[in-house]
Amino acid sequence: MTAVDQVLAEGGKATIKPIISFRNVSKRWGSAVGVDNVSLDIEPGEFFALLGPSGCGKTTLLRMLAGLEVPTEGHVLIDGQDMGDIPPNKRAVNMVFQSYAVFPHMTVADNVAYGLKIDRVVQPERDRRVQEALDLVQLGQLAARMPDQLSGGQRQRVALARALVKKPKVLLLDEPLSALDAKLREAMRFELSQLHQKVGITFIMVTHDQDEALAIASRIAVMNKGSIAQIGTPSDLYEFPASRFVADFIGSVNMFEGTLINDKPDEATVACPELDPYPVHVPHAVLGQETSSVWVAIRPEKMSLHKEADAPPAVPECPAAHNVAKGEIKEISYLGDISIFHVLLTNGRLIRISRPNRSRWDQDSFGWGERVWVSWDGSSPVVLQS
Amino acid sequence: MATRTQERRLAFLATALPPIAWVVVFFLAPLAIVWAYSFGQNVSLTEVDISGTFANYARALQPLYLGIFAKSIFVAGLTTLLCLIVGFPVALAIVFASERWRPWMLLLIMLPFWTNLLIRTYALIAVLRTEGYVNFTLEWLWNQGSWLMTLVGLQPLGDFTPLQLLYNNFAVVGGLVYVHLPFMVLPLYAALDRLDKSLIEASLDLGAGHLRTLFSIVVPLALPGIISGIIITFVPALGAYLTPDLLGGPDSQMIANVIERQFKRANDWPFGAALSFLLMYATFAAIALRAYFSRGKPAPGHGV
Amino acid sequence: MATRRAPLEYNRMWQIRAWLFAVFFFLYAPLVALIVFSFNDSKRITVWRGFTFRYYEKLFNNDSLLLAFANSLTIAFMATLISLVIGALAAVLLWRYRFTGRTAVEGTFMLPLVVPEICMGVAMLLFFTRVLPWPNYLVWPLNLGSIIIAHVSFCFPFVALVVGARLASFNKEQEEAARDLGANDWQAFRDVLLPHLRPALIAGALLAFTLSLDDFVITFFTSGPDTVTFPVKVYSMLRFSVTPEVNAASTMLILLTIVLMALMMVLQSRAQKKAGG
Repeated sequence: MTAVDQVLAEGGKATIKPIISFRNVSKRWGSAVGVDNVSLDIEPGEFFALLGPSGCGKTTLLRMLAGLEVPTEGHVLIDGQDMGDIPPNKRAVNMVFQSYAVFPHMTVADNVAYGLKIDRVVQPERDRRVQEALDLVQLGQLAARMPDQLSGGQRQRVALARALVKKPKVLLLDEPLSALDAKLREAMRFELSQLHQKVGITFIMVTHDQDEALAIASRIAVMNKGSIAQIGTPSDLYEFPASRFVADFIGSVNMFEGTLINDKPDEATVACPELDPYPVHVPHAVLGQETSSVWVAIRPEKMSLHKEADAPPAVPECPAAHNVAKGEIKEISYLGDISIFHVLLTNGRLIRISRPNRSRWDQDSFGWGERVWVSWDGSSPVVLQS
Repeated sequence: MATRTQERRLAFLATALPPIAWVVVFFLAPLAIVWAYSFGQNVSLTEVDISGTFANYARALQPLYLGIFAKSIFVAGLTTLLCLIVGFPVALAIVFASERWRPWMLLLIMLPFWTNLLIRTYALIAVLRTEGYVNFTLEWLWNQGSWLMTLVGLQPLGDFTPLQLLYNNFAVVGGLVYVHLPFMVLPLYAALDRLDKSLIEASLDLGAGHLRTLFSIVVPLALPGIISGIIITFVPALGAYLTPDLLGGPDSQMIANVIERQFKRANDWPFGAALSFLLMYATFAAIALRAYFSRGKPAPGHGV
Repeated sequence: MATRRAPLEYNRMWQIRAWLFAVFFFLYAPLVALIVFSFNDSKRITVWRGFTFRYYEKLFNNDSLLLAFANSLTIAFMATLISLVIGALAAVLLWRYRFTGRTAVEGTFMLPLVVPEICMGVAMLLFFTRVLPWPNYLVWPLNLGSIIIAHVSFCFPFVALVVGARLASFNKEQEEAARDLGANDWQAFRDVLLPHLRPALIAGALLAFTLSLDDFVITFFTSGPDTVTFPVKVYSMLRFSVTPEVNAASTMLILLTIVLMALMMVLQSRAQKKAGG
């Protein structure tokens, strides 16, 4: 049980001391800004992900935590202690590097034992812990091998074992899955998750792959151009993005520009030129005044296709002729479990709709060039200010 | 119209013959003659009879000459060691320098290498002689110290005796280090540059200090380059002529000086030939040793 | 605001900086002093008296020295030319053809780099006095032939190395395309391979030129009283007396080397850009 689970079980709103704290951390190289005034708390036991496009500062943040970079401003705290002048070899965190950085001139066992030797752990104890760590990552049989005799996935496990054997407070992972091929990647995702459960310490992962982050992490910080765009659980980020950037970065989305034409305490209406003449209706209030410019984001799987008809389909709990659009199917991508439809709306906008193939004949329901109606629930659109 | 194969043949011969012919006639043949001469003996002032005798080699292995060989190997070895100690931090500094500075630093290290050996050695004479810069500075310091002493009321220091820095073994080793340092820095730099920096970071991350990282990770992985540097420094130092000639005293002779004497003054060409070949064997032995140590090892140093 | 040193920023450790500074100082101080004292108005070279060009004047009036310098330049020029051809052919031979004894040939080409200079000098001396006596009644520049040949023998492997490195980056398909379009072996070589090699040829030429100009030991053994080169002449001046004139001569040589080096870098980077890297 992680610390977080324990506290929640006790039902208290206890103040859990964050294990990692970034306080107004910035990193600049001359005039170039890598990290811009980032403040972030990470709770013990989390599997936290730093997600963002390349150049957003996520790796820099991780390296500052490891002590491999020095912040230009701000403080990094590990377990409440300011890491100010403390060099990387004295910090209670260990890192799995993107290239794994397995020492090529040592055997697997020697690699894993390296950190223990430095801590002056005696031989019998050391051997035991090395074997324990190798068993943990399922490399128990390969202790005497040299790194050039291992596959990429195996080398990664060596790097994991080497870092974990020192029982750090936090494990840092720099793009752990990017060098692996697709099938291996999915298997490793699951294994990392299992490892996290077993070992019970905090994991912090840096990745640009949002599928990865969504799948494994318990909380994600989305970064862009050196700052944090949004922090939340995977579902928070996916279903309730706070900005266009996050909505667009995580998963795919259909984004429509529009004007807020009606804003009441429990409902709002937005007119989007690309969806004319049918407005968008949501059953809650929206930030902003009437006539202000907003964006409407709708996920592809939240939209439904309907056969052509004279009247627009009815959407439950919405006024008539709201949350609908008319168009023509331009392209179908059959992916086996789902099909993705590219629909050209009457106003010239191309949208994406994804539809699970529930029955074995679903792929025949709609064809190329077919005229369709598109509809979505009132709860589906997310109205964003920026 | 020549056929394809005839054409190709012609092209091959045109490419192969000039260099091979040159190497055979103007390099291998002369060396072969030296080898032949080493088995000969002086008959008259200008005649040499290749009699197949081993007398020259026997003489070369006498304690006197063996001693000089040993001394040369020792001096060359000491030079190499000093170059390694001095040059390693320099190579390290260049590798970790920013992109902007690095080419300039490499240029600065290489520039003395491009300067004539004779000139570089000569420049040291002015530095090391009894009226040279070092003694000059020391004398100045000595006099200042003496003056300070009188100020305080103590007896002034005696006359300054200049240090004997030239025409001895110290000067030879110093001169050899001075001349060969760039030879050492470049291969070291190349080897360190190829090293995956994340290996150093991983070592630090796992708790090792800088010194430990240096000896456990950097040195083993840069070893091929280090050995290259050692060989590139040792071999020329072993066969050095100018430096011991200009900077050394009567007892700082190295093997090249002895060889020169046989040809220019003693007029004992067969003996000189024998000594030359022994030097060549020593050189080849050093290189073979290096090949032996780095056989079968793939190029490590890349974060695997 | 200055940041704390990151762990891998070794260059910001004061120990490393001090060491670097000390090394560069000791490397350059003697040379700088040498240049400075070439202007010393005194017969001695360690006590500064005044500024003068006197010794440079002496230099330029020293006929034997000027002759030696002319000899050096001629030898270097001829040796470079021949080394370029031999070295380039050697590199192309090893790069393009597979034949029996290839490794032996490759090893032999690199042998001059490994053999100690004095051994080569001795070998050349023996060769040119006993086997191929070079007639000394030959008119200039042919009387320098023995020295030129000796220089070529130790210069061409350097050229071969430089050209060989450049060959490794050549896309063979270019040559095949030329042949496909009708060129024969010689035309393909001249129109496709040679342009690609130009930066390496320039670098190799300057390298050979500098090596030849600077050589002492091998030249010492192959030169005679009337085929003296610049370094050999300076050496005899050195043994005779140490005056600022020697400094002046040395300074000239240093200057020449720097100019050649700068020329090489400029030409090479320009040719590199043209040949497309």
